[in-house]
Amino acid sequence: MSTLPTEFADLEPYADWALATEAERYAKRLASSMPQMQEFYDVAFGRLEDAITYCDKFDLDDLPDDARSLLHLMQSLVMVSFPVEVWKQPRVPDSGAAWAELIREPVV
Amino acid sequence: MSHFTKPAEGSWTEHFPDLGTEPVDYTDSIDPEFYEAERNAIFKRTWLNVGRVERLPRTGSYFTRELACLGTSLIIVKGRDGVIRALHNVCRHRGNKLVWNDFPNEETSGSCRQFACKYHAWRYDLDGKLSYVQQEGEFFDLDKQEYGLVSVRCEVWEGFIFINLDDNARPLREYLGKYAEGIEGYPFHEMTEVYSYRAEIGSNWKLFIDAFAEFYHAPVLHQKQAVKDEADKLMSTGFEALHYDLQSPHSMISSWGGMSPPKDLAMVKPIERVLRSGLFGPWDRPDIEGLDPLPPGINPAGAKPWGVDEFEIFPNMSLLFWAPGWYLTYHYWPTAVDKHIFEANLYFVPPKNTRERLAQELAAVTFKEYALQDANTLEATQTMLATRTVTDFPLCDQEILLRHLHKVVKDKVQEYREENNVHATN
Repeated sequence: MSTLPTEFADLEPYADWALATEAERYAKRLASSMPQMQEFYDVAFGRLEDAITYCDKFDLDDLPDDARSLLHLMQSLVMVSFPVEVWKQPRVPDSGAAWAELIREPVV
Repeated sequence: MSHFTKPAEGSWTEHFPDLGTEPVDYTDSIDPEFYEAERNAIFKRTWLNVGRVERLPRTGSYFTRELACLGTSLIIVKGRDGVIRALHNVCRHRGNKLVWNDFPNEETSGSCRQFACKYHAWRYDLDGKLSYVQQEGEFFDLDKQEYGLVSVRCEVWEGFIFINLDDNARPLREYLGKYAEGIEGYPFHEMTEVYSYRAEIGSNWKLFIDAFAEFYHAPVLHQKQAVKDEADKLMSTGFEALHYDLQSPHSMISSWGGMSPPKDLAMVKPIERVLRSGLFGPWDRPDIEGLDPLPPGINPAGAKPWGVDEFEIFPNMSLLFWAPGWYLTYHYWPTAVDKHIFEANLYFVPPKNTRERLAQELAAVTFKEYALQDANTLEATQTMLATRTVTDFPLCDQEILLRHLHKVVKDKVQEYREENNVHATN
């Protein structure tokens, strides 16, 4: 079943990254391997500008479901950008047992 | 060599001669007796910010705060008269906690017409008056007027709700002093898109303020976060603030910040280039009134390369203003001598579209990456301070706010001990 706009069929294999909350996105980041995140990043980063252009045809507060999923997927791209571009590992280096929870967030 | 002009005395620290320049004793961060004294000397008689008015949008909106440092739980509520009040969260019948959900020790929020106790259904109006007693006829001469919820002083400044357990404390605005005057008019009310983080930290509350009140650590601890050439440059230059100021017990640091937007796009990561955002926030300033010019207390040196001001509102609030038009608060709520709850709130103007939404997302995500590094360092520091192998530590001129914080805390504890004839054993 397709969840993303048809123009973004190339992102369909990564549709499981279309997660609404930060807690879900952070958990998936920690549960993923670097090759998995690298692959997702490489494909999604190439479509980031297109995705913004597509979503911006709509009102942010009234996105169609498929556009909202696309935005959620791009929020996951932001989430994996640190592991992929900087850390080369899923966790923040030198963060040990430290943990921070996002207790209130604007969910799209 | 200084890159930015220091005061005539040669350093920021010597500009405030009461501070001294000698190493600072950190026993104040590991001694349980000192912590107990801090609770009485500081937390139980100082204005404390418990949140913002946007969390109480309507009549009957409320939230609770579990404040271990005060040894109490408070209800913050907006009444029918529009007034925001703070009430002790304890039923006058037999002391049950009045407002909670599932777990009595967890904070909650919501909206209601009145508060009803889960135990025997006593009910209270939004202003705390006792309005209904189950089987009232069974009681003896019960005058409901005398059994309202116990109120706590509550005052609001620029939308920030403060409480104070001390009925004799001077008014909030007077307590906040010159910084409040200089900040008033900032468009806080426009910045209602909020990301709220909470973390339990294994360190004394003052150590996290220390970590955020100096940027001397930034080029070192966070060096991997910048691209390599930039990290090398930052490391060799080190850090110097534009300006420091003390309005005891409060203080502030004003810093440059070249990343919003950066002079050279090669300095930043690929995702930052596309989304035009990063640690210092979205690069494009929102189109609202009140940001240009800024209120006079922000960027007090009037510096062109200005990036961020951080105000330390004593005892446990930091208020940061970022050049691209957003603000951030930190709160440090002690729960034990070696533990505290850290809260961070990022406030943006609501995004108008997906592009702006993702720029804010990147700023929020980046914030957490940094905060986790900062937090973990603190546990390591607390553990080693607790060994008492070393007790006195040299603080440099860029750590003036730390020197000031520990001095203010020690002075207040000392004053409290003298008033109450309490003698320290450590």
